Amino acid sequence: MTTTEPTPEIAVDPNAVNLTINGRPVAARKGELIIAAADRSGDYIPRFCYHPRMSPVGMCRQCLVEVEGPRGPMMVVSCMTPVAEGQVVRTETEQVKRAQEGIIELLLANHPLDCPVCDKGGECPLQDQAFSHGPGESRFIEEKRHYEKPIAISDLVLLDRERCILCDRCTRFADEVAGDALIHFTSRGNNTQVQTFPDEPFSSYFSGNTVQICPVGALTAQPYRFKARPWDLEKTESTCTTCSVGCRITLESSRDELLRYQGVDSDPVNHGWLCDKGRFNFESVKSDARLSNPLVRDGGSLVETSWSSALSTAASLIRSAVNAGGASRVAVLGGARGTNEDAHAWARLTSALGIDSVDAQLGDGLPADVLSYPQATIDEAARASTIILLAPDLKEELPILYLRLRDASEKKRSRILEFTAKESGLTRYAWKTVPYLPGTQPAVVASTLADAPISAQMATGSVVVVVGRSNLAESDEYTMAALDAVMTAHPNATVLPVLRRGNVRGALTVGLGRRDAVDILADAVNGEIDCLVLVGADPIGDCPDTELARRALAAIPNIIAIDTFATASSSKASVLLPAAAFGEKDGTTTNLEGRVTRLARKVTVNGTSRPDWMVALELADVLGHDLAMASVSDVHADLVSSNAAFASATRSALSAHPDGVVLEPVRSSSPSRVVPPAAERPGFGYRLVVGRKLYDNGRNVAESPSLAPLAPGSALHMHPLDLERLGAADGASVKVSGDRTSIVMDVKSDDSVQRGTVWAAWAQPGANIGELIDSTKWVNDVKVETL
Amino acid sequence: MARLSEENVRLAKEIVGRYPRARSATIPLLHLAQQQDGHVTNEAMAHIGELVGATSAEVYGTASFYEMFKFEPVGKYLINICGTMSCALMGAEDLMHHAEHRLGVKLGGTTDDGMFTLERAECQAACTEAPCLQVNYRYRFRVTDADFDSLVDDLKAGRLNDEIPAHGTVARVRQHIPLDRGVGAVPPEDVTEAPAWMDGKAAL
Repeated sequence: MTTTEPTPEIAVDPNAVNLTINGRPVAARKGELIIAAADRSGDYIPRFCYHPRMSPVGMCRQCLVEVEGPRGPMMVVSCMTPVAEGQVVRTETEQVKRAQEGIIELLLANHPLDCPVCDKGGECPLQDQAFSHGPGESRFIEEKRHYEKPIAISDLVLLDRERCILCDRCTRFADEVAGDALIHFTSRGNNTQVQTFPDEPFSSYFSGNTVQICPVGALTAQPYRFKARPWDLEKTESTCTTCSVGCRITLESSRDELLRYQGVDSDPVNHGWLCDKGRFNFESVKSDARLSNPLVRDGGSLVETSWSSALSTAASLIRSAVNAGGASRVAVLGGARGTNEDAHAWARLTSALGIDSVDAQLGDGLPADVLSYPQATIDEAARASTIILLAPDLKEELPILYLRLRDASEKKRSRILEFTAKESGLTRYAWKTVPYLPGTQPAVVASTLADAPISAQMATGSVVVVVGRSNLAESDEYTMAALDAVMTAHPNATVLPVLRRGNVRGALTVGLGRRDAVDILADAVNGEIDCLVLVGADPIGDCPDTELARRALAAIPNIIAIDTFATASSSKASVLLPAAAFGEKDGTTTNLEGRVTRLARKVTVNGTSRPDWMVALELADVLGHDLAMASVSDVHADLVSSNAAFASATRSALSAHPDGVVLEPVRSSSPSRVVPPAAERPGFGYRLVVGRKLYDNGRNVAESPSLAPLAPGSALHMHPLDLERLGAADGASVKVSGDRTSIVMDVKSDDSVQRGTVWAAWAQPGANIGELIDSTKWVNDVKVETL
Repeated sequence: MARLSEENVRLAKEIVGRYPRARSATIPLLHLAQQQDGHVTNEAMAHIGELVGATSAEVYGTASFYEMFKFEPVGKYLINICGTMSCALMGAEDLMHHAEHRLGVKLGGTTDDGMFTLERAECQAACTEAPCLQVNYRYRFRVTDADFDSLVDDLKAGRLNDEIPAHGTVARVRQHIPLDRGVGAVPPEDVTEAPAWMDGKAAL
C-alpha cells in the first residue's frame, strides 16, 4: 500500500488538509479518505471491502467511525468519506465499538466458521477482525445459508459461496482493474451471490488476484487449495521473471516446496497485481521433468555424470573449437532468462575467451540499440498524455503493463494511439487504432503523425512510445524504422522498450547482445560454428525461423546446454547441465524499464542443479581464465564496479529500495540502419502475422499442470469475409504454404484480423507456424487452401 | 429463437438510442426479451450484453435482481396471489390452497399443459380490494374461490385474450419515439453548466 508521504512544505500546500484523529493532529491531502489518513497515523480501522487500489464502495460498513458534525458526533463510513479541514475523527469510542461489533456479528450470521478446514484460516481478515473488533459471541441461532460447494468459476479459481461476505472486491477488481467483468453479484437480499454467467467462466488472465484480495476464504486457487496452512508457510520477497514487467512477489514455501506466489504492491510496477501465468507457474519449478544431474553424450544417448567430468568435457569442447579456428568458431545464445549476475558472469567469460557471436535474444526481439533511445519508465508511460503503441499485444505478452496502460486510458490520464496489424487487448481502450499491413508500418506511422488532429493531441503533453516486436513473421527493421519515424516527428518522445524475456534488458546491458542470433545461426548452417553454448535458450522452440534453427543446430558438431528442462534444442546437446530455476537462486534482475530489483532463493535446487553464473565461473576456471569471483555477491560487486549502467544498483541501494533502482541511461550513437523496403500487397495468398498468447507451450506453462490446459492450441485466424471467400468453414483444416513447406492447421474465424492477412499464435501445441517463417525475408506471405 | 429477433433488434436499437449511455437500456431490453420468449433466455442476455456494451455476467447480475424477470419457462399465465397482511386477513391462505387444488400444482409450480404458473406475491398495493391476485400483472380484486375457478376457465377458453396477453408482454401499445424527437440526452460527465431554467439561481 502506498500513500502520499506528508512533505515539509505541506503547510503552504493548497491541497493540504489538517484533521484530528483520536485527538492527535494528522496532515492529509485533499480528496484523501479518512481510512487512508488513519492508516498513516497508525489508527487502524477495521475493513473488508476497502482496497487502496480500487474505488471505494462502502459495501461492508465495517469501517464506521465517529466524525464530529454540526449536530454532534455522527457515524460515517470512513472508506467513503474524504478528509476535511478541521475534521475531528474518533475511531475507538464506545459507539464505534458497538457499530463495529454489530457489523461483525451480522457478517458472521451466515458465515460458516469452518476456519479449521478453510485455506484462509490463519491469514483471514474476517477471522482476525472478528477477534480484534468482534463481539465475541452471536445472538443468531437460525440456520445458516447452504450452497453447493465449491463451484469452479474458472479453471483456476473456486468459489465457496457460503463463506462470501459480499464485499465486492473480486467483482470490482474484475470490472475496474482487469476489465473482464465476467463475475457479478446475482440475485438479491439473502440470496445475493457472486456468479459468472451460465457456462461463461471467469477466464480472465488476472483471476488469481481475486483470490489474493478476497477477505475471506470464499475464493480459492486450484493450485494452492488444501496444500498448506498459512502458519506453515515461509515467505520471502522477490521479483517475478516470467516476463520483463518484473512484478514484485512473495515466494511462499513449506517443507522446501514452493506453494504460492502472492503479489506485492510495488507502486512503480505492479500495484499488487499479478497475471495468472506469473502467479501459478511455480508448479513448473517442482516439475518431475526438471533436469537434476549433468548429462554427457556417450554414443547416441545422454548419460548422467558428475559435475567435474561434465565441466571438463564442456571445457574441452570449447577449447578444441577455439584451438581449431579461433573464438569465432564458438557462439553463445541465451542468458535473458536468468539473473543479472548469471548474464554478467557469461558476459565476462565470453569476453575473456574473445567470443563475439553472443546474443541473449533469438531473433524474436528488437536490435539491442533500442535501449539507446531516450528511455521512459512504466510510470512515465502511464502518465504520458499520449502513448504510442508500436508493440505486440501487451495483454498477451506483458499483462501487468497492459493493466497499467489500460488504467491510464480509463482514468483519462492518457490517450493511446495504437499502430497494429491485428486488434489487440488495448484496442478497446485506444483513442485511435491505426491498422497497417506488415511491411508498411514506417510509412503508415509517418503519414498518421502528419495528420493535424494527431499532431494536436501529441502537442498536449509528454509522448511515450511503447515499442516491441509485434510480428515474428516480419523483419524487426520495420518496427525500428517506425520508431525512428516517431522520433523524427517528435524528438522529445521517450521510449519504453517492451522486450519480453524476464531479464533480457539486464542481459543486453551487460553485453550479451553482440551479434544478431539469426546471423549466428546462419553462420552455423554454413559450417562456421563448431561449438554452441545455450544458456537457457531454445532456438528451435523460440527462434521465429524454425527451419533455420533446426538446420543450424544440426550443423553444429558440439552443443553445450545449460537448462532447467530438456527442450527441443538442449536435448541435442553433447553436454547438458542442469540449471537452478527461479526461486532456487539469489541475485538481481532488470525489468523492461531498466529497474533492478532483488531476486530471492526460497527453496533448495533440484538435484545438483547450479545457477548459470556458477557454471560460467567454473568453466572459466577449467579453461584457465581466473575471473576472480567466487560467489554471487562477488559477481554483483564486479557488475556494479565494471558497468556504468549498474553503478547505482549496489547491494545497499537495493536493500534500501525494495522497489528497485532504475539503471543509469546509457547513450550510444545509433548505428546507421538498413531502411527496409515498403512491402507490396501480397501477390498471392495472405500476409502472415505471428504474435503470442499468454499461455503457450513454453516450459513454464507446459510444465505447470494448472496452466498447460489453458493454451488455446494452434490455429490460423482469418477474417470471416476472407474465410467465406476461401470457402472454408470455421474450424476446418486448411493447408497453409510458404515457399519452403506447408503445414495443416485448423482455421478460425476472427474479425480482429485484418482482411488480406492471417494471424497465428506462436509456440502453441499443434502445428508450428514457425515452419513457414523465413527470417531472410522482409515479410512472409502464405497461401491458404482448403483440403 | 432465443436471441432477439430481427424486429426486436430494430426496436432494441431504438430504445438504446434514448439513453446517453447504452447500458441504461438494459432493463427495457430485458422486458423485450421476456416479451419475445415468455422468459429471459441466456442467449437473449448475451445478445443484450452485445447491444448495450456490457458482459453477459453484468446483464445477468442486473436481471437476477428482479423477481419479475424469469430465467426458466413459466406458464402462459402467471398467477400471483398476494399473501401480505390485508389479503392474509381476508383469506389469501385459503385462496392459495384452493388454487393449488384447482390447478394441481404447488405454489411456484407450472401446470403440465404450460398454461399456468402459480406464485405467492408480496403486497400488490390493492389492500382495499383484498384478497387480490394478478394474472400476468393484471389485477383481479376480492377474489373468491368461485371467482378463481371462473378466471381459470375463462383463461383456458381464451375469453380473456383481449384483456390479458401472454406472460412477458408489459404493454401491447409500444411507445415509439423517433430519434429526432428525443431530447438529446447528455451523459452526466458532459454537463458543464447549470441548466438554463435555473437562471443562475444556484451554482451547479
